[in-house]
Amino acid sequence: MEIDPFIFRLSIFILSIFIGYYVVWSVTPSLHTPLMSVTNAISSVIIVGAIIAALAGETGNIFDTANIFGFLAIILAAVNIFGGFLVTQRMLAMYKKKKKDKK
Amino acid sequence: MISANLLAVFYLISGVLFILALRGLSSPESSRKGNLFGIIGMALAIGATIVSVGNFSTGFLYLIILLLIGGSIGAFIAYKIPMTAMPELVAGFHSLVGLAAVFVAISAFLNPEIFNLGSLGNIKIASLIEMSLGASIGAITFTGSVIAFLKLRGIMSGSPITFFGQHYINLILGIFLIGLIFYLCRTQIDIWFWTIILISFLLGVLLIIPIGGADMPVVISMLNSYSGWAAAGIGFTLENTALIITGALVGSSGAILSYIMCKGMNRSFFNVILGGWGATDQSSSNKSKEQKPVKSGNADDAAFLMKNASSVIIVPGYGMAVAQAQHALREMVDALKKNGVKVTYAIHPVAGRMPGHMNVLLAEANVPYDEVFELEEINNDFANCDVAYVIGANDVTNPIAKSDPQSPIYGMPILDVEKAKSVLFVKRSLSPGYAGIDNDLFYRDNTLMLFADAKKMTEDIIKSL
Repeated sequence: MEIDPFIFRLSIFILSIFIGYYVVWSVTPSLHTPLMSVTNAISSVIIVGAIIAALAGETGNIFDTANIFGFLAIILAAVNIFGGFLVTQRMLAMYKKKKKDKK
Repeated sequence: MISANLLAVFYLISGVLFILALRGLSSPESSRKGNLFGIIGMALAIGATIVSVGNFSTGFLYLIILLLIGGSIGAFIAYKIPMTAMPELVAGFHSLVGLAAVFVAISAFLNPEIFNLGSLGNIKIASLIEMSLGASIGAITFTGSVIAFLKLRGIMSGSPITFFGQHYINLILGIFLIGLIFYLCRTQIDIWFWTIILISFLLGVLLIIPIGGADMPVVISMLNSYSGWAAAGIGFTLENTALIITGALVGSSGAILSYIMCKGMNRSFFNVILGGWGATDQSSSNKSKEQKPVKSGNADDAAFLMKNASSVIIVPGYGMAVAQAQHALREMVDALKKNGVKVTYAIHPVAGRMPGHMNVLLAEANVPYDEVFELEEINNDFANCDVAYVIGANDVTNPIAKSDPQSPIYGMPILDVEKAKSVLFVKRSLSPGYAGIDNDLFYRDNTLMLFADAKKMTEDIIKSL
């Protein structure tokens, strides 16, 4: 008997929740704000769905309603990807250790 | 064109890189490398998708243009935003993820062939459930985050908006949504799909309006979690591993942060979500109305106390963020250090408006992160410290949380500021904090109130040091 591919995806999903659980508990509390901005950036990987929606359906008419929603989603996700990663970078660059010693 | 299997491998690699990005955040040193992993993972996922679609005609041109437009807007915001505005920025970004999820679900619904989900009017039942869930959670995330953004930005009042039967209405709407998804699967009629999205938009608003300003750390974390589940829902629809892995990671991350924030206030998640804290306990706040004696001082007194101390602990709170006092604070600490005073910072888990808010502000002011401590790490040190300098924090230092079972904040972990030899409390007035309760600490013998704006007081202290 063959296993439904859905079950495979469900397995990936459940195991990823566990990975997320353990990885996030080990994040130091002082980095919780960057954690939020970086999770926000990576959840914009939803852009891959938007790209498929915008480009794949093209059969001469690119401005089909479905395509337009794809393009709109691309803009939103792009704002998030660039904004999210860059602001995380900017924050992380500020976390410094004690200076060598200046007395 | 690359094969579906190869594409799936690329998505898997992106997923792993995203895990490493979060893993990197376990320490500030590794975090920057982690962020780089995240960027590579994202570039890989986008690149592989474009190649696999294999459409390099006009549509591709539009794609590049839109990426550039969106990217420059994002980059512009990322560089311009002041660190104090981080909570509303994150809320705003969450709303974009939510809306993007809704849009992708709509395109999948209108054009299911391109995602191999069947044909319009005859979409696979499983896919239909997944995309309705994704669209619904995405829509709730969108409007919920917009409300959170407006509240954090101060455009909308931070006080809870409650009305009779509110929670029942939400419950009924929730049940109605499930019924609609069921109906959509039975009939495949698009009107139900649109209704699901509209009701979810409404539900997002209704869920967030009863939650007050100081509970925003929980709300932001919760919306963070929702945006993850929405992405996972879409991931199932599109059979995309990268999205499923990411959605699960983000979903559990947000859930853990919400849990940590609730624990920091000793409240259950439902208690926060159902909203309206201050509203429940006017009784305990009103009974101590009688005037009690307060010692108040000026900047010179404070400077004198701190200069002659051997150790000082700084307790920052939301007030510091409002007054933008973090830079002045660091200068004051530098001046104290020159006088040989040992200075550390104590951060309560719910200080500020989002998890880790205070840490980012202190980092911005060039405070080394190894001088900043969490509640459990530093709480025992208050007993041995000479001066506690409370700047913009209130409820998180209130000793009533340990002594009065009647108090709404009873059981909340607090910073043991009252154990310090003397307490300097920078505050504009004696008004109670967000929880609506008087802080007993104001009237203690070892407390000196400094009535002023946090930034101005700190600057004055620097002058007299």
